[in-house]
Amino acid sequence: MHIPDGYLSPSTCAALYAAAAPFWYVALQKVKRLLSTRLVPLLSVFAAFSFIIMMFNLPLPGGTTGHATGAAIAAIVLGSWGSILAISVALLIQALFFGDGGITAFGANCFNIAIAASLIAHFVYRLAAGSSPLNSSRRIFAAGLAGYLSINLSALITAIEFGIQPIFFKDATGAPLYAPYSLAVAIPAMMIGHITFAGFAEAIITAGVVAYLQRTEPSLLKMTAPDAVIDSSLPVTQSGWQATRSLWLGLALLMILTPLGLLAAGTAWGEWGAEDFTNPETRQQIEQASSNQAAPENPPAGLERLSTFWTAPIPDYAPSFLKSEPLGYILSAMFGVGLIILASLVISILTRAKRVSDA
Amino acid sequence: MPEKTRRRHKNFIEKTIVGLAEVAEQALYAESLAKADGLLQKLDARVKVIGLFSLIVAAALSKKITIILSLFGLAIVLALLSKISPVVLGKRIWLSAFLFTGAIALPAIFITPGEVIYRLPVLHWAITAQGLRSALYLISRVETSATFAALLVFTTLWTQVLKALRTLGVPVVFVVILGMTHRYIFLMLQTAREMFESRQSRVAGTLPAKESRRLAAASVGVLLSKSFYLSNEVYQAMQSRGFRGEVYLLDEFQMQKRDWLALAGFLSLAILAFVLG
Repeated sequence: MHIPDGYLSPSTCAALYAAAAPFWYVALQKVKRLLSTRLVPLLSVFAAFSFIIMMFNLPLPGGTTGHATGAAIAAIVLGSWGSILAISVALLIQALFFGDGGITAFGANCFNIAIAASLIAHFVYRLAAGSSPLNSSRRIFAAGLAGYLSINLSALITAIEFGIQPIFFKDATGAPLYAPYSLAVAIPAMMIGHITFAGFAEAIITAGVVAYLQRTEPSLLKMTAPDAVIDSSLPVTQSGWQATRSLWLGLALLMILTPLGLLAAGTAWGEWGAEDFTNPETRQQIEQASSNQAAPENPPAGLERLSTFWTAPIPDYAPSFLKSEPLGYILSAMFGVGLIILASLVISILTRAKRVSDA
Repeated sequence: MPEKTRRRHKNFIEKTIVGLAEVAEQALYAESLAKADGLLQKLDARVKVIGLFSLIVAAALSKKITIILSLFGLAIVLALLSKISPVVLGKRIWLSAFLFTGAIALPAIFITPGEVIYRLPVLHWAITAQGLRSALYLISRVETSATFAALLVFTTLWTQVLKALRTLGVPVVFVVILGMTHRYIFLMLQTAREMFESRQSRVAGTLPAKESRRLAAASVGVLLSKSFYLSNEVYQAMQSRGFRGEVYLLDEFQMQKRDWLALAGFLSLAILAFVLG
């Protein structure tokens, strides 16, 4: 996912350097205050660690291998700000010393991989882990989810950066000067691989590392969860995937059902607006939903008076810009990811059952 | 005599060992080239950082394929003058960049809307002039920038790059972190390689996928805890030597006449490329 030089226009690169700069500044101030003189050795060693794990080949289901960015692991152990700095340093060494990732595109690579991925991974991990004990399987699930979402967010931002190039930068004949594909091509092309393979690589490694640290070195997980306790009554988790299977199942079902819920027709009972009482079509729906009790001819006076008092910024969950193709894509993607997780669960259960019967 | 020789796929441990070894090998190779007696090797690191960066920017700004290709020609001349053979650049830089970017650029030839110049005989896919130009822009720009970046990497020792960054205004704390990171990358490369080699030496037969994944996660975990202990030890060592958070570096650069000349040359070529489009 490292963008080489030549894919993005210089103005996009400059804008992304400018966008990354405040994050670097704030991260440096925050981490300096927290670590003081420990800053230099801790960040150096963790940047080296991030560099090395980007080299690791990870075995994926289906016999292929992939690479992880390690941003989620760094964010879970160091926190988002420390992770931003460590991954940025690793990316700079990759660009300057190993020619991996462009020099003009360094700001963009940091924005996508170091900044966006670290922030979302930290946020998702904290949200999903809540105040659960350090050694709970919920933390393994939270880590896997953080890994999966962080790399997919990076990929999405990268695809958007690629996709806007042909809109703004063309030569006199109309030929795109930089990345040639429009958003409609760049986003699916980038996301299909990440939603399926790369996302799982990151999820598997992040969840696996957290499961390993729970068994051997829970103190490393305590840095970003100082209030979490170790619950000695919990069983020792052996495998990240099996321990969290029920949580993944819940997530898959939720992802499949959410888009269906949003696409369901009609309005929820009792959640009528003043205009619903005057529209003959919605009047009929209200009547059907209320055991054939006809709705009053006029909207209740209080409802009519108060309905203009507050206008929600996003009426009916979907403003005009959301009633468009992109939302359709997002909902379909959610649905698809849910199905993929569900399919992986079914396959893993079936292969396990086969192994047991073979044995 | 073996009854049947079957090509065995490398498992992920072997692949990772090879990957880690390649990084170390490339670094050693770059270091040996940086010590050669060529044009760029003799120049001040600051001149190279500014000069080659401005040429990369010139290649990025250009809207004419001829200009980008001229810059690519300039990169080859600089490589030859610095005793870097085009075969080396071809193997290490051009081929991989071409395969990666070529695969990405290929569909653009067909799907970019524009004037149709050729149709494939059987498939009837139309090649457009605009599509072909956009693929050429992308590939030539990527190859040119990658060659300039490689010239910096192959002709400058990392310590010199760091000092150049420092004198060019990068905060000192970043420069120190970059220097130490580089140092520990090699230590960890070795540690990771030893970990995988020792594991590989105990593997008989094929490692099941589930076990492989567990092993990969455990290896990252081990490396993570080793990193943490290492950073503590480094911190204590730094403190025992009087480190109080302040960092000082020796800046011993001396610009000579040829450095000024080279800087003027790089910048005027970059500006010329920009003016010509």
